[in-house]
Amino acid sequence: MTPEELSKIASAQQETLKKYTHRIHVCVAAGCQSSDADKVKDALSAEVKAQGKEKCCLVKGVGCMGLCSAGPLVSVETGNILYQEVKPEDAKDIISSLDGEPVQRLICPTDIPFFSKQKKIVLENFGKIDPETIADYIAVGGYQALFQALTEMDPPEVINEVLKSGLRGRGGAGYPTGLKWSTVAKADSTRKYVVCNADEGDPGAFMDRSVLESDPHRVIEGMAIAAYATGADQGYIYVRAEYPLAIKRLKNAIKQAERQGLLGHNICNTTFNFNIEIRLGAGAFVCGEETALLASIEGKRGAPRPRPPFPAQSGLWGYPTLINNVETFANIPPILRNGGDWLAAIGTEKSKGTKVFALAGQVKNTGLIEVPMGIPLRQIIFEIGGGVPEGRKFKAVQTGGPSGGCIPEQHLDISTDYESLATVGSIMGSGGMIVMDETSDMVDVAKYFMEFCMSESCGKCTPCRAGTAQMHGLLDRICSGQAETRDLALLEELCDMVRNTSLCGLGQTAPNPVLSTLRYFREEYTMKLTDASAKAAAK
Amino acid sequence: MTTQTSIRVKTLVIDGRDVSAREDQTVLQVAREHNIFIPSLCYLEGLHPVGACRLCMIEVKGIPKLQPACVTRIKEGMEVVTRSERIDKYRKMVVELLFAERNHICAVCVSNGRCDLQNMAKALDIDHVGVPYQYPRLNVDATHVRFMADHNRCILCTRCVRVCDEIEGAHTWDIMARGRDSRVITDLNQPWGESESCTSCGKCVHVCPTGALFEKGKSVAEMVKRRQFLPYLTTMRESW
Amino acid sequence: MSKVTIATVWLDGCSGCHMSFLDQDERLIDLAPLIELVYSPLVDNKEFPEMVDVTLVEGAVSSDEDLHKIRKIRARTKILVSLGDCAVTANVPSMRNSFKVADILKRAYEENADLNAGTMPSGQVPTLLKHARPVHEIVNVDIFVPGCPPHADTINYVLTELLAGRKPDMTGRTRFGI
Repeated sequence: MTPEELSKIASAQQETLKKYTHRIHVCVAAGCQSSDADKVKDALSAEVKAQGKEKCCLVKGVGCMGLCSAGPLVSVETGNILYQEVKPEDAKDIISSLDGEPVQRLICPTDIPFFSKQKKIVLENFGKIDPETIADYIAVGGYQALFQALTEMDPPEVINEVLKSGLRGRGGAGYPTGLKWSTVAKADSTRKYVVCNADEGDPGAFMDRSVLESDPHRVIEGMAIAAYATGADQGYIYVRAEYPLAIKRLKNAIKQAERQGLLGHNICNTTFNFNIEIRLGAGAFVCGEETALLASIEGKRGAPRPRPPFPAQSGLWGYPTLINNVETFANIPPILRNGGDWLAAIGTEKSKGTKVFALAGQVKNTGLIEVPMGIPLRQIIFEIGGGVPEGRKFKAVQTGGPSGGCIPEQHLDISTDYESLATVGSIMGSGGMIVMDETSDMVDVAKYFMEFCMSESCGKCTPCRAGTAQMHGLLDRICSGQAETRDLALLEELCDMVRNTSLCGLGQTAPNPVLSTLRYFREEYTMKLTDASAKAAAK
Repeated sequence: MTTQTSIRVKTLVIDGRDVSAREDQTVLQVAREHNIFIPSLCYLEGLHPVGACRLCMIEVKGIPKLQPACVTRIKEGMEVVTRSERIDKYRKMVVELLFAERNHICAVCVSNGRCDLQNMAKALDIDHVGVPYQYPRLNVDATHVRFMADHNRCILCTRCVRVCDEIEGAHTWDIMARGRDSRVITDLNQPWGESESCTSCGKCVHVCPTGALFEKGKSVAEMVKRRQFLPYLTTMRESW
Repeated sequence: MSKVTIATVWLDGCSGCHMSFLDQDERLIDLAPLIELVYSPLVDNKEFPEMVDVTLVEGAVSSDEDLHKIRKIRARTKILVSLGDCAVTANVPSMRNSFKVADILKRAYEENADLNAGTMPSGQVPTLLKHARPVHEIVNVDIFVPGCPPHADTINYVLTELLAGRKPDMTGRTRFGI
């Protein structure tokens, strides 16, 4: 395919869409599907037919619109109306109202901070395009960035734009993406790989899942650009089998891209070849760790190995391998379209661009959000999230999943960026954000995360395998009121030891939920101790 | 036949001592050559190092995180510290965690007196185990004609897995399950005696650091492990 | 100068550590003028004294009686010494820990009994705890002397150091098993 052919597809699709005076978008991402969005979509289509409006009215399944708690969401694009909690029975009213007044009882206000405070880059096509139609993606400028890279830029120029953008890995650790790319690009090898880490496993996190379900082509395009920049010709997407919808849409997207010549040989009539295969993970959390993930792709047991060598030097089957997560790749097409400086202008000095968060827990507006880096945590929780429901008091927000920490009220004014979150004992992580209110028992929270780490430890290194089990046992004792001061002291010693001696990130960060709750809610621990000295101290 | 390769010699400092080493050596290898004690249980000369037991953690100047000596390649000018208050503490805890994790009853073990884990406790002056004992219920596999596997005494060092795969080439042993449920298994978790890939060579038994793998008929403190074959085989293969 | 009071107790163990204590042989004669053995399986005293200077504990904590005893002993002891692997690691008594107590009793009193098979012990025999546990998991222990049994030399070293008013330095003197 040539750039001209690409534009042709884009304008043809734009024309097709323009023919409809009414375009109704139904969210068909996993969140809304779980509340019967499919049936709503079918009902709307049937109603369009029944009222004979097929010619002027289009009903289209689209990706996540963000406010999952109000799903199923339906938007009437042409009227700028958003409907919430739509049921199949509402189809008639919605279709009938298209030329008149909107259905008041279903209206979801869009002038609220949940929508106005966000900045959408990764999620720009969410709610707009049909994730199962490649033409829809192309119509909004999809694959233009890839063609631009292939026809107008040489690989170092591509890398330079990524470097300029200041983009850092969105999987959690925040390693500079451009630096990683240039390391792989410089590696001298006959074969290189590009791998997309879609093994999102933090409890409460669904950012990558939504991206794959709502805009899969964006990830494919990002990977192809990365392959061009680094000199790879084969890509793998490692996605967990628990995401069937994401897998289905990815497979479909790959097939469509291949058919259009956007994957395969001589892409855009150049010498660039690139293919993508999907590898399904069996749900082991540790396979999100890059060396374990690579082992799993190779068909081996999903266990991490010591680094160095890093995958950029020796990855899949010993070849240099670029591994980035879904959200990182999703940032690439807009960076190339708008230039690295454009992204670098958003965010803070060291954390550029935006971050997608899965807002969950005791907060009114749960769902998927994207905010500029540097926004105060308080704004995310109380303005975008709408605060804690039912008048209860906010207690803490957990970021970074089992590797992160709990941040209490007094630190809510910090800026949301990699460094600031670290200073208060948490991490940016991949974007899970769980809000807890006064009813949460923080020791119990720590125990929950420790149980997660214990059962997800691969068992290879002693500190993580045996240490997490011991820490969980001690937390259990504290929770059940059978622990003494010395048990708490032992727990703290284990935290220190496991953090400093474990082989991979899973073990090294497993103590974080305990350490951060101890830092801010120590009295909740000591109150549960039973010995005399602890009781005296509590008084 | 030996091929000429250009391997450079580099100098580094271990615990204040200037030492020289080949650039393809690890800190652990160099330390041992100079009689500097760095404890380790999963490491065995002749097998691929995995950095799993975490006993050989050392401090390297300029790197904030502790590094496993068995997989850390030496570098010119590197400054290594093999002992400190916190390293000693962590090493003790690693051994204590191993003791508490399964049912190691030294007094009634075939390897009593000759066990790497038992000796490690002694070398690190461990006088008791500070973490609670877990007492898991584990099996003993006595289906093999000549050998036994007692999972109560396994420390999951994977020496058996590696020697079987890398030296014998049978890959009978592997690991199943995750975390504390991890077990070494033969074939696809079939009884050892029914394994079709096992050649009954006994290499796994002799590299096993504890009484987890042993010869049938041996009673308490009778199991002597002979590991001479390993450096012999590796040297022979290198010069082949 | 008043003598240092010493007690030795025998919980769930084989008495091998007491044998090793006696294996100090003639060195016991040197110790004798300095210590007073106020409570021990080796002397006839039924009640643990109000306060003793040093108590050597052999054996794991296996039954409700052991539990009661060790708590009382801890409260009445200045320096508590875990003597031998059973006290330090629960050792052989802990081999029952991966089984249920009821199953163990069934094996002993029903399946393997020749006389009165199936009659479970009650009243006279202390009730078994769920697990046989090392002493330090129940009460604080001041000095650990592992070994199965600990060598007489080690026991003698620990005692002489304690009598000299020093905390014994166990470096190079610890070992499990053998």
